[in-house]
Amino acid sequence: MTRHYSVFSLFKEGLRGQKGWQQAWRSPQPKPRYDILIIGGGGHGLATAYYLAKTHNIRNIAIIEKGWLGGGNTGRNTTVVRSNYFFPESTALYEMALKLYEGLGRDLNYNIMLSQRGIITLAHSEAEMEMAARTVNAMQINGTDAELFGIDDVRRVLPLLNVSPQARYPVFGGVWQGRAGTARHDAVAWGYARAADRLGVDIIQSCEVEDFLIEGGRCRGVRTSRGEIRAERTGMVVAGHSSDLATKAGFRLPITSYSLQACVSEPIKPVLDTVVLSPGTGPYASQSDKGEMVVGGALDRVPSYGQRGNLPVLEEVVSGLLEMFPSFRQLRLMRQWAGIVDVTPDSSPILGESPLPGLFLNCGWGTGGFKAIPAGGTLLAHLLATGKHHDVSRPFDLDRFSRGRLIDEAAGSGIAH
Amino acid sequence: MQLFPCPFCGPRSESEFHFGGDAGNHRPEGFRTVTDGEWTAYLYERNNPRGAANEIWMHMTCGEIFRMERDTVHHRVAQSFALGEGDGHDGMAY
Repeated sequence: MTRHYSVFSLFKEGLRGQKGWQQAWRSPQPKPRYDILIIGGGGHGLATAYYLAKTHNIRNIAIIEKGWLGGGNTGRNTTVVRSNYFFPESTALYEMALKLYEGLGRDLNYNIMLSQRGIITLAHSEAEMEMAARTVNAMQINGTDAELFGIDDVRRVLPLLNVSPQARYPVFGGVWQGRAGTARHDAVAWGYARAADRLGVDIIQSCEVEDFLIEGGRCRGVRTSRGEIRAERTGMVVAGHSSDLATKAGFRLPITSYSLQACVSEPIKPVLDTVVLSPGTGPYASQSDKGEMVVGGALDRVPSYGQRGNLPVLEEVVSGLLEMFPSFRQLRLMRQWAGIVDVTPDSSPILGESPLPGLFLNCGWGTGGFKAIPAGGTLLAHLLATGKHHDVSRPFDLDRFSRGRLIDEAAGSGIAH
Repeated sequence: MQLFPCPFCGPRSESEFHFGGDAGNHRPEGFRTVTDGEWTAYLYERNNPRGAANEIWMHMTCGEIFRMERDTVHHRVAQSFALGEGDGHDGMAY
C-alpha cells in the first residue's frame, strides 16, 4: 500500500494502475471513551487533533463532526492567508499561523497549494494613506512584513485596476504584505485529517452533539446521535454554531452569528496574480488556480444561521468589483454561497477554558478563521494537553470581556464589520 | 431581498433596517452594586439563538426602534411590535 505522497509514489502507482493508494483516513466507530474529544471537523478542529498527537503525544483522541470534514466555513472561505493586523497580540497569533502555513505542505506531506502572491489593501484618500502608513509601521514593529505602496506600485501589481482620478474611489496607494497569499482550503482540511488519522486520531463524521455530559459541575463528554462519548477534556471548535452548543452547555458567549458570502466567476486566463482588498468599494478578490475570480465582501447585516446569504450584499460586492475592474463586467458568476461566521465585539477570537470546566473553546474567528487554522490548532492543543494557556493564546481568553482588555481589531485593522 | 415589517411603515427592504440586539437585555441598575459579571452579560453576552429569535431592530428610514420575532435559520418573520412602556412586551402587534 502506498502511504507517502511523492513524485516517486505517483510514478510507482502510475505503473501499477493507481491500485495501491491507501485510504486517506479511516471511518471508525466511536469508542465510548477518549482522553480528549474535539467537537467540529473543520480546519481548526482537525489541526487541534493533529498537534495534540504530534506535539503532545496524546493519541487517544476523537474528532466528531455533524456533517462532513471541512463542510462548514473551512470549505466556504476565500482561501486567503495573511497576518496584516494592528495589535501585537494579533500579530503574534496570525504570524504564528502564517509561519506554520509556510511549512505545512512538507509537515503534513500534503500539497496545500500555498501561493504567497501578496495582498494589497487599497487606500482611497490622503487620510487613508496616513492610516495605511500607521498600519505598515505597526506591522513592522510587531515583526511581520509590510510595505507602504504608492500609486505606481499599485499599478505595477494590479494592471487591470481602475486607478483613474475620476473613479468613484480613486486609488492613492495601499498596504502590501508580500508573504500573504492563498492556500487550497479543502487541502488544508484533508491534509490535517490524513496526518491526524495516521497518528491514531479517530475522525467520526455524521455524528452530531445532542447534549453535554455534565457531572460534578464538569464536562465529562457528550451525548451524540451515535451514543455517549466520554472524555477528560473536550474542545469545542464549531465557529458560527458556538452559541448554539454553548446554550446546551449552560452558558452564553459574546458572539453573534452572521452569514458571510462569497462567489466565483467562470474560469478565465490568468489576469490577477495577487489578492486585492478595497475598503472603499467593499470587495476583495483573487484568482484561483483554476482561473475563477474568487470574490468576497462584507457580512450580511442580519444575524443568521442560514448558509445562503442575501441579495443586497451580493449586489454591493459585485458592483464594487466592477467599479475596481471594469474589464470583469462580462464575466459570469458561476457559484455563490455563504458560511455562518462567529463575530465577537472586538473582532478577535476566543481561546481558553469555557465557563463549564473541562470544556475548552476555539471560536470567535468571525470572518477570518481560515488564515489562523495552524495557530488555532496549536493553541487549543496546548490548552487541552496542559490545561493552561500558551503565551500567544492568553490575551484571547474569554475573561478579556469582564476585564475590559479587548483586542479591538475592528478598529485597529479596519475589519469590515 | 427580504422585506421586514416596520410596525409604523409596513413591509420595507431589509437594507433599511439595523440590528439592535436581544430584546429584554436591560441595562443593570445600581452603579456600585452591579458586578463585573452582570456588566459583561449586559454589554457582551448574546443569546444568538439558532431558530426562534426575539430581537430589537431599528428602521433607519423612519428612525423608530421596535421588537421583531423571526427565525434565524429560514428567516421567516413571525411578528413585529412597537415598543411599549418599560420592557417592550406590551406593544401592538403589526
